[in-house]
This record gives sequence, structure tokens and C-alpha cells, in this order.
Amino acid sequence: MSKKDNTKSVLTLHPERCKGCRYCIPTCPKDAISISDRINQKGYKPVAVDMETCIGCGSCYTICPDYVFEIKEVQ
Amino acid sequence: MVERLIPTALVEDNKFCPGCGHGIINRILAEVLDEMKLTDKAIGSMAVGCACLMVDTFGVDWIQSPHGRAAALATGIKRCRPENPVFTYQGDGDSMSIGFSETMYAALRNENITAILVNNGIFGMTGGQMAPTSLPGQKTVTSPMGRNTDLTGQPLNIINQMKDLNIGYLARGSVTSIKNINRVKKYIRNAFETQMSGGGYSMVEILSPCPTNWKMMPDKSLEHIDNTVTTYYPLGEFVKKGGDSNE
Repeated sequence: MSKKDNTKSVLTLHPERCKGCRYCIPTCPKDAISISDRINQKGYKPVAVDMETCIGCGSCYTICPDYVFEIKEVQ
Repeated sequence: MVERLIPTALVEDNKFCPGCGHGIINRILAEVLDEMKLTDKAIGSMAVGCACLMVDTFGVDWIQSPHGRAAALATGIKRCRPENPVFTYQGDGDSMSIGFSETMYAALRNENITAILVNNGIFGMTGGQMAPTSLPGQKTVTSPMGRNTDLTGQPLNIINQMKDLNIGYLARGSVTSIKNINRVKKYIRNAFETQMSGGGYSMVEILSPCPTNWKMMPDKSLEHIDNTVTTYYPLGEFVKKGGDSNE
């Protein structure tokens, strides 16, 4: 939660883009990312995010080669 | 916190293999073009290789040249359209083997273009053959016993070839961590700022993983770059006209 403008950074996940490279898992400072059991349309096991633990820092956005993550500001 | 939204130039999902560094570099390049408000005006020059998978997914104007000739094509585009930002995007097999002459002569002429050279030390699209940038002892499909430098020479360090030339900007980065990715973004921004201010040739070489052809898991590929590849190809800014550099 930002004190200045009272907005919050919220992660948006696009699991259908995920190719399961797992770069994001060790990059997450909160260990909020894991691999899910299902298989997406591309044939990979996509990542899943524990939204309660996620702080919206954007580390996953930076390391992801497949544009799976976005960080949006919401009131 | 800052919003991190997919840049406008990335109009479709990329087509690269899992863990390929091209996806990260595509996004960094698209972010820089968006932030500098150059996306609508930018013209890309590509040749042959995995980089060509961008043509459908990266939403700027593209022209494809014969294998290796992207720098020569970009020269022509820039001379005809000097107001447009013009860049090449090539892999190492394309730009430093087949197109070595075109790449070097563009730098020798100090053409006012920006070159993005993605170095993964292998010919990726054709199945993992040895490239001039392959490391000593590196196993590829054409060097199954490991690269023999007595037979094939030493790895090509393009920065060493260019750093004494009269050019505007020269840097090498990697995409192995948040810190390194942010540095590469700064380098690419510096390169485009050099071009837009008429500063001459700017080039950023980016060390990138190819887990498919290296036959490594993606996380091991990043460790391989940090632990081994950077000992042959050091990172940093090597030429920066009007600013500090490593050399």
C-alpha cells in the first residue's frame, strides 16, 4: 500500500502465456510463485501465484520471458 | 510502486522456446521504445535466425535482409529516413559470423544506427551448430567433442573488435538477474539516445540463454552465463561518448 496516493500494486496473471521456464520462482522475494498441476493450452504447466503473499513488487514481470505477469495500480 | 504493463509494441505472445532470453530482450526493447515515444517511428532491420520470430509479435515496421546483412540494410534505411530511429536485431550467428563484415563496416563508417546483438554462443534456429562465439570446449552438434580452439580459433569478442573505433556507444549486458536486466535496459536506452542525438553507431551486445540447444534447464543456463560465459565476455559500457566507460 502506497502511503502517498493510497493505491495498491496488484498482480495480474496470464497463465496461458506461461511456458514453465520457472525463472520467476527463485526471483520472487516472497516465495509466492509455484507451479500448478494443470496443463495450459500451450502444453506447459503454468505458474500460480499466492495473491495473499504477493506484494506486487514486479520482480516476476522483469524476469519473465513470456509476459505472464503485469502489475497494475488500483485504488 | 510503478505499474508494469506489457509494452504496446508486444502485440502477440512470442514464439521463442521456454526460457529463451529473446523474450526478455524483446520486452526491454519495447519498454525503451515506449518510454522514448519511438514505437510508432521505429524501423527494425533483421536478417535470419530466431530473431525473425519477432516479425509477427513485435509491432514496429520491419524489413528482412539476406542472412547477416541487417546492418547494411539499416544503413540504407537510415540514410533515406534520417528522422526515424533505425535498429538491427540479430543473433550472434547472424551478426558475428555470416554478417560479420556488414556489422563491422557499419561500425567503421560510424553509421547512426543502433545494433542489438543477442549472443547465445550458438546457431539456435538451425539446431545448435557451433558459432564463432561458442566457448572453448563447448559441445554443439558440429563440435560434439567440444570446440577445439587450435582448429577453429578463439571465441569472437565483438566488443574488442569495435572498442577502438570512432563510434558513439558500445556496451555488453546479460539477462540473468533483475539487476542485469535493468542494466541492459539502461544500455539500450543510452544506445537509442546516442542515435537520436546524432551520436553515431551504437551497439549493445546481450548475453542470452539458449536452454534448448545448450541442453540445460533454464535456471542452469542463467548460472552458466554468470559463472562461465561472462569470463570470456565481460559486462559493462565500453564506449560512451561524453560519459564515463569501463575502458
